[in-house]
Amino acid sequence: MTDAAAPRRSPPGRFIAPAVGFAAIVGTFALGEVLVRIGAIDRYIVPPPSEVLGSFYRIVAEERVFSRFLYTGSECLIAGVLLTLFGIAGGMLMHRFKLLQQAIETWVAALAAAPLVLMYPLFLVIFGRSMWTMVIMGFVSGLPPVILKTIEGIAATRKVLINVGRSFKLSAGQQFWKILFPAALPTIFVGVRLGLIFALINIVGTEFLINFGGLGHLIADLAERYDLAGTYAAICFVILVSVLFFIALEKAERWLRPVD
Amino acid sequence: MMSAQPKADGAILTVDDIVVRYDTPEGPITAVDNVSFKVRPGEFLSVIGPSGCGKSTLFNVIGGLLSHHAGIVNVAGETISGPHQSIGMVFQEESTFPWRTVIDNVAFPLELIGMGRAQRAERARHFINLVGLEGFENRYPGELSGGMRQRVSLARTLASEPKILLMDEPFAALDEQTRLLLGDKVLQIQQQLKQTTLLITHNITEAVQMSDRILVMTYRPGKTKRIVDIDLPRPRTSEIVTSDAFGHYVAQIWNDLREEASRGMKDEEAHVLHHEGPSS
Repeated sequence: MTDAAAPRRSPPGRFIAPAVGFAAIVGTFALGEVLVRIGAIDRYIVPPPSEVLGSFYRIVAEERVFSRFLYTGSECLIAGVLLTLFGIAGGMLMHRFKLLQQAIETWVAALAAAPLVLMYPLFLVIFGRSMWTMVIMGFVSGLPPVILKTIEGIAATRKVLINVGRSFKLSAGQQFWKILFPAALPTIFVGVRLGLIFALINIVGTEFLINFGGLGHLIADLAERYDLAGTYAAICFVILVSVLFFIALEKAERWLRPVD
Repeated sequence: MMSAQPKADGAILTVDDIVVRYDTPEGPITAVDNVSFKVRPGEFLSVIGPSGCGKSTLFNVIGGLLSHHAGIVNVAGETISGPHQSIGMVFQEESTFPWRTVIDNVAFPLELIGMGRAQRAERARHFINLVGLEGFENRYPGELSGGMRQRVSLARTLASEPKILLMDEPFAALDEQTRLLLGDKVLQIQQQLKQTTLLITHNITEAVQMSDRILVMTYRPGKTKRIVDIDLPRPRTSEIVTSDAFGHYVAQIWNDLREEASRGMKDEEAHVLHHEGPSS
């Protein structure tokens, strides 16, 4: 080790990665178009991407896609806030009380792998055909990874950082907020990302199953009408919800913890 | 924060009859055995010993991080039973907060006492300048070298204005040249602040370069073998390592340590043989 500062990451080239990503998407669509047009893929199962693109205007104009997009986005946002708050608090409690952790960590891990979407009739009975059925479905399915990753992040905090806190006589609350939480933040964010993925899948899946709500409901409608191009276009809006949440999460992480 | 006053006997830190035992699968081990010493205000005392002699255990006892020990640690007349505001600790491992900039790392103890943002930034800058890191205030530890990060840790501890600076092999992970230069920096700061300092180390050169006295420990169980007064002129710099007197002290301490280090090595070999058997 030398006593010289390491150079900062240089900003040039920051646009190269997004450009390559965009080019990869365009390339995939072009390949799909070719494969459908030469008959390698059945156009009655997968419509050509150009038809999907062409149907965007139609679903925006005729299917109220933006209000449905906002509806699904709102469900995801509420579920995301709930699973972040309760997931971090749950992980914290389980780390703090070892008996609790030993008693239920395996069950929480099992829940993370379970097809919780099958529980939708239960929530449908409790909350009816309302937004809350989807929100709670998203919350329940996204909660386990946040809890598990919070425990993992806190447990992985380097002992020396905890000892620094002890040497400064930090209270238990200060030890958590000033050392354990920021140290665990990157791992907690991995959990929140996973939780949001699970939440979005289950929210859209439940909308699809109960024919109610936002984009999942629209996809079910379009699929029933065998409007495949419209169905795929609506799926693109689901992906857009996911992309927006990931961008927002990344910004939040950089704001809370500017460096790794 | 600066409430601790020296005892009537002049000592600011009294370590009295410390014994630490651990239960291991092979039976109880005494890591530290009846270690006692006193440190006067402004004094630089080093504790040196071979690996496994209980130096770091002693560091944790004095810093209040280890509670299952016998004996007393007394800071300016007050017996302590946990971390104490008069003792500032610098750890062997890299201990800066990677999510805070240099200035926010150094301001950490000031933030804890509720000092206002502007005032603590000014105080933090003072200590950053003291360790020679001006211009790096807004960098993150990940952008700094190992030596610079240790200086951030030192500045953070100094910012809490401890009566006693307690350091556990703070330069152990650094190369020899950086270690000597940082030794100069610590000496300069210690002399400037008249900072009472207790350094735990296994490096003889480092100990002689910086100390007023050196406590030599035996290999397990860690006992006081000898306390050596280092009568070298101050202010000192790393240039002192070329003097005859310096060489004399290094040789003297190595004579004391050689036997202990050999015992440690044989003990480790026996341990390996006991667990893994001789190689065929």
